Amino acid sequence: MASHLIPKSESDEKPAGAAIAVRDLRVKYGEREILHGVNFEVPSGATLVILGGSGSGKSTLLRTLVGLERPSSGEIWIRGKDFAALSGAERDHLLKKMGMSFQQGALFGSMTVGDNVALPLREHTELDESTIGIIVRLKLDQVGLSGFENYKPAQLSGGMKKRAAIARALAMDPEILFFDEPSAGLDPIIAAGIDELILKLKKAFRMTIVVVTHELASAFLIADRMIVLDKGVIVANGTMAELRDSQHPRVRQFLDRIPEPELAAEIDYLQMLTGETPPQRR
Amino acid sequence: MSLSENIGEATINGLAYLGSLAQLTGGAAKAVFAGPFQGKGMNYARSVHQAMAVGIEALPIASLISFFIGLILALQSAYELRRLGALQLVASAVAVSMSRELGPLMTAIIVIGRSGSAFAAEIGTMKVNEEIDALHTMALEPVHFLVAPKFLAMILMLPCLTTWSDFMGVLGGSLFGVTNAGFTLGSYIRTTLDALVMRDIFTGLVKSLMFGVVITAVGCQEGFTTGLGSEQVGRSTTSAVVKSITLVVVVDLVFTALFYFTAPR
Repeated sequence: MASHLIPKSESDEKPAGAAIAVRDLRVKYGEREILHGVNFEVPSGATLVILGGSGSGKSTLLRTLVGLERPSSGEIWIRGKDFAALSGAERDHLLKKMGMSFQQGALFGSMTVGDNVALPLREHTELDESTIGIIVRLKLDQVGLSGFENYKPAQLSGGMKKRAAIARALAMDPEILFFDEPSAGLDPIIAAGIDELILKLKKAFRMTIVVVTHELASAFLIADRMIVLDKGVIVANGTMAELRDSQHPRVRQFLDRIPEPELAAEIDYLQMLTGETPPQRR
Repeated sequence: MSLSENIGEATINGLAYLGSLAQLTGGAAKAVFAGPFQGKGMNYARSVHQAMAVGIEALPIASLISFFIGLILALQSAYELRRLGALQLVASAVAVSMSRELGPLMTAIIVIGRSGSAFAAEIGTMKVNEEIDALHTMALEPVHFLVAPKFLAMILMLPCLTTWSDFMGVLGGSLFGVTNAGFTLGSYIRTTLDALVMRDIFTGLVKSLMFGVVITAVGCQEGFTTGLGSEQVGRSTTSAVVKSITLVVVVDLVFTALFYFTAPR
């Protein structure tokens, strides 16, 4: 069984050594709790993949890690500080050490690709325009987009938009890089290119990388560690080998791509259709 | 739900909405006026860009409409004034009506149609495309980055545009004055200047400044509260226009009443 993979409460342990340490994290949307006390650590320089199906809470977890959602309770330790409890300049300082690549890129449509990458540099540094220009070209070159700085995001393909978004996330030389579904909506060749880019960034800059995905092939290629989320709870947390050997039914179902079982009985199905009760799984 | 409960809920929602507008305006005003002294300088290039869009690009349509409004005012006033044998008062009637009321109001409505809706659409689209989230993750405050330049551009440009509209309205009135009321262009302008007192111009400009604040706040607030999905951007844009016009008229009424009751008698 994979019970050894299910994390214990780590509240008493000091988060030193880990790039990110999450302690009993709970997130609510209104009255509905999405994350029910999540605990995990990401070692410095490692790539953690957060795996989970739709509605598992993995996107909420990522949004909370980058400060887009406020947790109802719990701690997020980054660089020795509880990010969840910070505000103002201290929070901004930590945010500048983090880069985020959104699922659809989230590039500013009114700006060129070069201006997108230059934006955090222009807003947060005193660098002159010629230096910013050099950094922009360097970052675009790192993601394989040399010569595209004067293009508008609308002129780029899906894969190029993601690369441009990664270049923008890299602009401030972050220590931690977050990816939301980096290969979603891309063809396998382009998706493989993004995976390769993530591996290259990890190797070249020893960055700590957190990736949310539901693409198994991509996850096994890029991850050092993996957590599997199900209904707001971590059901497995371990290395790739540990995850492969896991016998936890939800993990096996996910890794072996087994569809959800049929509803238990006709009456359940009818009740689900009439909206009397939510569907119950066998 | 009973009628009284509905009224209560609508009142609470209305007050909450006004509160959110005040909060947004406060944040933008802080960024514009206090930010530079707190080491958080504004990006004035963005304000200039917004000022061009809000003010300069609106000049042709504002000129045309104000010219026609001035002409219409002259025709409508002349209809009554002729019966009283006081056709020469048409210049004063146009001047006072334009500078105190129709100049600021019509300019505000033009700017709502052009810029208030554009603010809502721009910010709404950014919200749908996760660009607002991207700003947060880059430690860039959306109010400082997006709203403050619009706020600064609007409070500077709307009074300027209003002054220009007043002038164009007077020019429109002069077309009637010169062709039908025995004025020359010089005498019409002179009569207009004699009829106007500083207070007329001042009240119009104060109102236009407040209209600018309202248009920015409503346009941006509607953008920020856009729901998920591109069709929501259209709804936000429509809502921004409707709410802005309503609030501008309410603010107009409040300030007109204020100026009336505080006027020296």
